Amino acid sequence: MSSNAPVKKTGDASHQVLTFVLGNETYGVDILRVQEIRGWSAVTKIPHAPPHVLGVLNLRGSIVPIVDLRMRFTLDRAEYTAVTVIIVVSVVSAAGRRDFGVVVDGVSDVVDVDTEEVKAAPDLGPKGSTDFIRGLVPVSDRMVVLLDIDRLIGTDLTSLTGDAAVAAA
Amino acid sequence: MTIDLTQFHDAFFEESFEALDSMEAALLKLDIGAPDKELINTIFRVAHSIKGGSATFGFSDIASFTHSLETLLDELRSGTMQVTLAMSDLLLKSVDVMRAMLRAVQQKKPIDAQKVSDLQFDLELMIAQKDTAVASAPAPAAPASAPAASASAPAASGSAPAASAQAAVIDAPPTATRWQIEFRPFPELFARGNDPLRMLRELSELGSLETTVDVNALPGFAAIDPQSCYMAWSLQLTGAVEESAIRQVFDWAEGDCELTIKPVGESASAATAAAQGAASAKQPAATSAPASASATSASAASAPATSASGPSAPVASAPTAASAPAAAAAPSTSAPATAPAPAAPPKLEAVPKAEVPIEKMADSGSIRVSVEKIDELMNTVGELVITQAMLSQLGSKLEGTTAEKLRAGLAQLERNMRELQETVMRVRMLPINVVFSRFPRMVRDLAQRLGKQIDLKLTGEQTELDKTVLEKIGDPLVHLVRNSIDHGIESPEKRLAAGKSAAGTVHLDACHRGGNIAVEVSDDGGGLDKNRILAKARDRGLVGPNDVLTDEQIYELIFLPGFSTAEKTTDVSGRGVGMDVVRRNIKELGGKIELRSDLGKGSKTIITLPLTLAIVDGQSVSVGGETYIVPLISIVESMQLKAANVSRLSGRGEVFSFRGYYLPIVRLHELFGLEPRTRVLDEGLVVVAEGEGHQRIGLFVDDLLGQQQVVIKSLEANYGHVEGVSGATILGDGSVALILDIPGLIRATNIRSAA
Repeated sequence: MSSNAPVKKTGDASHQVLTFVLGNETYGVDILRVQEIRGWSAVTKIPHAPPHVLGVLNLRGSIVPIVDLRMRFTLDRAEYTAVTVIIVVSVVSAAGRRDFGVVVDGVSDVVDVDTEEVKAAPDLGPKGSTDFIRGLVPVSDRMVVLLDIDRLIGTDLTSLTGDAAVAAA
Repeated sequence: MTIDLTQFHDAFFEESFEALDSMEAALLKLDIGAPDKELINTIFRVAHSIKGGSATFGFSDIASFTHSLETLLDELRSGTMQVTLAMSDLLLKSVDVMRAMLRAVQQKKPIDAQKVSDLQFDLELMIAQKDTAVASAPAPAAPASAPAASASAPAASGSAPAASAQAAVIDAPPTATRWQIEFRPFPELFARGNDPLRMLRELSELGSLETTVDVNALPGFAAIDPQSCYMAWSLQLTGAVEESAIRQVFDWAEGDCELTIKPVGESASAATAAAQGAASAKQPAATSAPASASATSASAASAPATSASGPSAPVASAPTAASAPAAAAAPSTSAPATAPAPAAPPKLEAVPKAEVPIEKMADSGSIRVSVEKIDELMNTVGELVITQAMLSQLGSKLEGTTAEKLRAGLAQLERNMRELQETVMRVRMLPINVVFSRFPRMVRDLAQRLGKQIDLKLTGEQTELDKTVLEKIGDPLVHLVRNSIDHGIESPEKRLAAGKSAAGTVHLDACHRGGNIAVEVSDDGGGLDKNRILAKARDRGLVGPNDVLTDEQIYELIFLPGFSTAEKTTDVSGRGVGMDVVRRNIKELGGKIELRSDLGKGSKTIITLPLTLAIVDGQSVSVGGETYIVPLISIVESMQLKAANVSRLSGRGEVFSFRGYYLPIVRLHELFGLEPRTRVLDEGLVVVAEGEGHQRIGLFVDDLLGQQQVVIKSLEANYGHVEGVSGATILGDGSVALILDIPGLIRATNIRSAA
């Protein structure tokens, strides 16, 4: 894969992305996948869960697992405070639609992303897997990492083996 | 204009399957020799409506078959043929075939044509036999001739007996009659899926038809709505036709039209004359559609519509009034608004005649709602309950006079909430009759096959339980009933020799017992032979030669996989793959199964089930700051341990003595990787819980919190299965608690200790 080549995409030329901050980076997820944004509240632990799955929360009657993206990306763990934010996203996998909450440092903005401008992520070799990165896009002087949440959370949670987490670490 | 008929297919299939169930029930109730007229009508109605529906949707195979069936049933209805055992067998088989055909069409699979045509042949043979038998007898065959004559068209197979049936029918002397029919459809006739052309064509098959069309109501071209019917017909039908046969043609349009059927000439039947008499108080033309519930039709043609006409009648009268302006333009019609009035008295007369249980069941004023919608409703109510609990908690912290009022309001809210929740729960409940109703047929067939005489007694059919439980309890019950018939009830000779009546009794009973439902299957057969079970178990090495077992333990052996004491396997049962599956199914539902038996007198199986799978009675326990729910059904006892009662087994596991047994201690915090409040056994509590097959453990927890009913939520919907956890629930404060799965926990510990 040649780096910085435009990623061929079908569909509309631009789409909206919700950006959020995690450590020093800005990430983005497709806005259509976002169910809601809510504040942090205490979770119920699940036995034998992978370490980045913090537990489950009650989201209007359904039980939703909460994933800490910092731990998923092996960043330093942050304290959970009243300003910690959970973005609830829906993940589509072979098993159907599932809802997940991801803990992030803060939500920034909703931006329009021109599909033409999305660049493929460079291959980092054995240092890190980039499977879950859909591409990189510059938004007002910053680089936003577009996440493929189906790959990021879908695979390692549906299989529940934690292998993907190990592979990413 | 084309309407996509496929959108109605589901409703048609669903209704047809239901109708077949009621037909089957009616057939089983039918007494040989002296059949109940209403039962025959019910059966006929089912065949007729399936025929009509399948013809409309173009399922010609089904239509053709039901037509033959209908012809036979018509003979029964008119009394020209008697119900025999062979016939009721044949009719029951027809029910099966129709079910199979409908299912095949539903699943878009090919119909088993051979089976269908075989049975159709049998049906036609039976009709033909009747005709040869009656040929020498005088006239009464005449009324039957009309439907039979039209049989030739759909039954294109042209098989020999069909042809002979026709021949015989044509021989019957026709009674020439003329009918004057005024057919005045409402504008919305097309919208209800009716086609007047089809009706006219059908009429023309009955005899020679003269039609005059009335187009006075037709508006100017610009004002025409192509989806409305503006025409009316005046028809003269000449032929040996019964009024009921004509009404049948208009069955589907009933309520969508004004219909007057009058005999012309002298051969009018007494009944129609009476109907005419009633109508003559008004102008004759006023006898419009609703008046069709006249004396004759009550027994015949309008019957298929009686169940449906209940709700639709009031609706029908509204369009009558609405169509007044359109119809006023037409001559020969008096104000339609007066029509419902004369219709009322004959309707009332018809009601007591129809007093048959099946009739009542069909018209219980119910609506169809998808389970999804109910689940959604349940979810929302569950959320409300949590919100209400949060408000109550907040309210109790407030102070001041307004807070007092607020608390009163919150208390009221709580009461209403509880009522609402119960009501919504009840929506999911169905009477167990849904399951029980399949047994009369099964028992009848099995008894015939095995040469036994069996009376089936059903009680408590109205006991209600959750639909999901209902769906899963069917198979285990079928198994138990089969066992009772095959192994329990003896042959008539054996029974007489034992001083019992020749006919054995299988009794199915359901009742509420506490928060559970108890279903009992009992028989007055031979009962279980303890010694034989024990001998067999010793034979197979399941029990040591010198072990002494209690009765309970012996019966427990029956539930072991592959255990059967039957001397020979039959195709009914005896392969030994039964009781363990039954028990597993019951356990999955969170229920219990128990066996009691009295040698020589019979045996009884008692199944205890929770009323619903959506709610569980639970004990909240806390471990390391987390709250878990232990289902009450798994809990034997909760206790505080004394260090003196605990011993270690070779340094591996801890056990404690409980009523003379030693039970392993399972530390929940170790299993789930939590930091407990205490690790000292005397400082926490132990919940004695029971898993599969009386396997007990002592679950060590920090504390017991309280008992409550919890709504079960799926953990797997968004996450996945967790060992030792059966689901989750939402507590009063909105937080999530996991529900423990005790059998799963026991399995998990076994794996751990083995590793």
